[in-house]
Amino acid sequence: MGELKLMKGNEAIAEAAIRAGVDAYFGYPITPQSEVIEYLSSQKPEERTGMVLLQAESEVASINMVYGAAGSGKKVMTTSSSPGISLMQEGLSYIAGAELPCVVANVVRGGPGLGTIQPSQADYFQATKGGGHGDYKLIVLAPASVQEMADFIPLAFDLAFKYRNPALILSDGMIGQMMEKVELFDQVPRRTEEEIKKTCPWATTGKPKTRERNIITSLYLDPGTQEQHNYKLQKKYRKMEEDEIRYEKIECDDAEYLFVAYGSSARIAQKAIQLGRKKGMKIGLLRPITLYPFPVPQIREMIPRLKGILSVEMSAGQMIEDVRLAVGDKIPAEHFGRLGGIIHSPTEILEALEQKIIGG
Amino acid sequence: MRDEMLKDIISEENLVYKKTDLMTDNVLSYCPGCGHGTAHRIIMEVVDEMGLQEETIGIAPVGCSVLAYEFMNIDMQQAAHGRAPALATGIKKTWPEKFVFTYQGDGDLAAIGTAETLHACNRGENILIVFINNGIYGMTGGQMAPTTLSGMKTSTTPFGRDTALMGNPLKITELVAELPGTQFVTRQAVHTPAAVRKAKKAIKKSIELQRSGNSGTTFVEIVSNCNSGWKLPPVQANKWMVENMFPFYPLGDIKVNGELVK
Ligand SMILES: Cc1ncc(C[n+]2csc(CCOP(=O)(O)OP(=O)(O)O)c2C)c(N)n1
Ligand code: SF4
Repeated sequence: MGELKLMKGNEAIAEAAIRAGVDAYFGYPITPQSEVIEYLSSQKPEERTGMVLLQAESEVASINMVYGAAGSGKKVMTTSSSPGISLMQEGLSYIAGAELPCVVANVVRGGPGLGTIQPSQADYFQATKGGGHGDYKLIVLAPASVQEMADFIPLAFDLAFKYRNPALILSDGMIGQMMEKVELFDQVPRRTEEEIKKTCPWATTGKPKTRERNIITSLYLDPGTQEQHNYKLQKKYRKMEEDEIRYEKIECDDAEYLFVAYGSSARIAQKAIQLGRKKGMKIGLLRPITLYPFPVPQIREMIPRLKGILSVEMSAGQMIEDVRLAVGDKIPAEHFGRLGGIIHSPTEILEALEQKIIGG
Repeated sequence: MRDEMLKDIISEENLVYKKTDLMTDNVLSYCPGCGHGTAHRIIMEVVDEMGLQEETIGIAPVGCSVLAYEFMNIDMQQAAHGRAPALATGIKKTWPEKFVFTYQGDGDLAAIGTAETLHACNRGENILIVFINNGIYGMTGGQMAPTTLSGMKTSTTPFGRDTALMGNPLKITELVAELPGTQFVTRQAVHTPAAVRKAKKAIKKSIELQRSGNSGTTFVEIVSNCNSGWKLPPVQANKWMVENMFPFYPLGDIKVNGELVK
C-alpha cells in the first residue's frame, strides 16, 4: 500500500507531479488552484527529483514554456483556473497542432469574465470542443476525488505521450480545495536524457549527424498539406474514441432513470440517488471519466432500459449537448445545474428529475 | 558538362567561400536583398565553426522568418507570435547544457511579445535573443511596427507615423539593457561585409558566454532592411537604413559584461 496522506485536491496534483517524474512545471497563481504552485514551491522539487519549477509572468508565458519543453521531449505541465486557461488557448492550439504531449489542469471557477472563485463546470465546451482555434481535441479527464486528482496525473501523461496530444484534467474549485485521504503512488524516476532521445525521436534535443533535423511546427502553408495534417489529427481522435473512453457506472443494473454527471456533480448526484432509492425510484449514475472522448456508446447501450436521463452539471447546460447527441429523441434527456459558482444540492437534483423527466 | 565546369570553378584553389552545411539547400523565402538571409547564415556559420550543431536548439518566430527552420539545419521549434522567449525558457530550463536561441522580428519581439521578451531578459534566462529590427511588419505587408520611425510611412501610417497618436518608436534593446538579467546587449547590422563580420563576432561572443555557463541573457539586435515594406530597391533600402535607421538606432555595444557601455 502506498503512503496515505490527508491532502487538498490541488496539493495532490502537485505531489503527484513530483512523484510521476515530471521534468518541469510552469505556472501562474490564480484562485482556486494557487496551492498547486505553492505546494510545489514548499517541496523543493529541484532537490527531490530535479524537477524544474518556475512561476511565469502570465498563463500565456506558462503554456508557451510548456510548449518549448514539450517540444524537446520533456514531461511538462501547467495548471490554472478558468480565466488563466482562456489565456492558454492559443498555446494549446499550437501544441495540439504540433502534436506534442503535455498535461494541463483546469480547476474551474465560475464565469464568464472574472466571475467568482467558487466551483463551476462551465468550461466544459472550452475543454472538450477544442477551445482555441482550429480543428483539434484535447484528451479530457474529469476527477471526482482527491485520489483521482493524484492518479490522473500519470494517467494524463501516459495518454498525452501515447497520442502526442495535450491532455487536460478538468476539475473544479470544490475538488481542488477539499481535503480527502489519498494513497500516493511511489516515486517514478525522471527519464534520463538518453531515454528521452530514444523514446521521443521527434523531439528537438539537438541534431546529431546521424539523423535529419527535428522540426516542431504547426505551420503548413500549403492548404493541401494542411488538410492532410488535419486528417492525420482526426484519425488520431477517432482512435482515442475507440480505445480511450473511461467511465464509471453506479447502481445502473436496475436503473430506469439515469443521471449523467462528472466530477463534483457526480458525487452530489450519488447522494441524490440514495435519497431517490429510499423513495423507491430506480436511479443510476453514469460518470464520464473521459469527457473527451465522451462515453457515447456506453450511454446508447443503456437507452432501451431507461425512461429518461438527467444530465447534471454546474453550468447552464453544456454536457447535455453530448448526452443528447448520444440519445437522440429516443428517450427524454434534460439538463439540470446551478450556475456561477453555486453547488446544487442532492434534493434539488432529485426534484429536477421528478419535474423534468418523471413528471414531464 | 555543367558539372564539369562547376567542379573546375569550385576546385580547391579557386574556392574563396563555401556555404556552411548548417544552411540547408532550400531556396530562401526572403525578398532579394533582405537582411534575414545574411542574419541566418552568420548564426549558422558560428554554430558550425564552434562545432555546436548537436548542442543547438533554435526558435523561429511568426514573421517573415517563420520558416527559419527550413533554412537552418538544426533542431528548431516554431513559436506562436511573440512567444519565442517563453519556448526558449522552457527548453533551456530543462536542457541547461544546450545552446538555445530565439530569432525574432520587431513586431514579434517588441509588440505582441513584449512581456515574454522583458521577463525572459529580467530572469536572466541564459539564452541568446537575435532581434531583427527592420522598422516594419514585413510578413503581413508593411504595417507599422513598434520600431517604425517617427514620420515613417507604412501601410497603416500612410501619412507617416504620428507619434502623438501612435506612440514613439520603441528602443527595446536599450530597455532590456537596463535589466540586471542581461549580460551582453549589442546592436549590429549586416548590410556591408565589415558589418557582417562585426555582427558575427557578437553572435560568437553570445554563444561563448552562454556555453561558459555565465548566467544572463545575451541580446543581439540586427538593424536590417525591408525593401519590400519600405518600397525601395535593395541598394537604396540599405542607403535609407544608414541615413534614417542608424541615427535613431545607433550601432555598437550597449551592455558588456553586465555593465552599460557609457
Ligand atoms: C496572434 C497573431 N497576430 C497577428 C499575426 C499576423 N502577423 C504575422 S507576422 C506579423 C508581424 C511580423 O513582423 P515582424 O515581427 O517585424 O517580422 P518581419 O516579418 O518584419 O520579419 C503579424 C502581425 C499572427 N500571425 N498571429
Ligand atoms: S518583406 Fe521585408 S523582411 Fe520580409 S523578406 Fe521581404 S524584405 Fe525581408
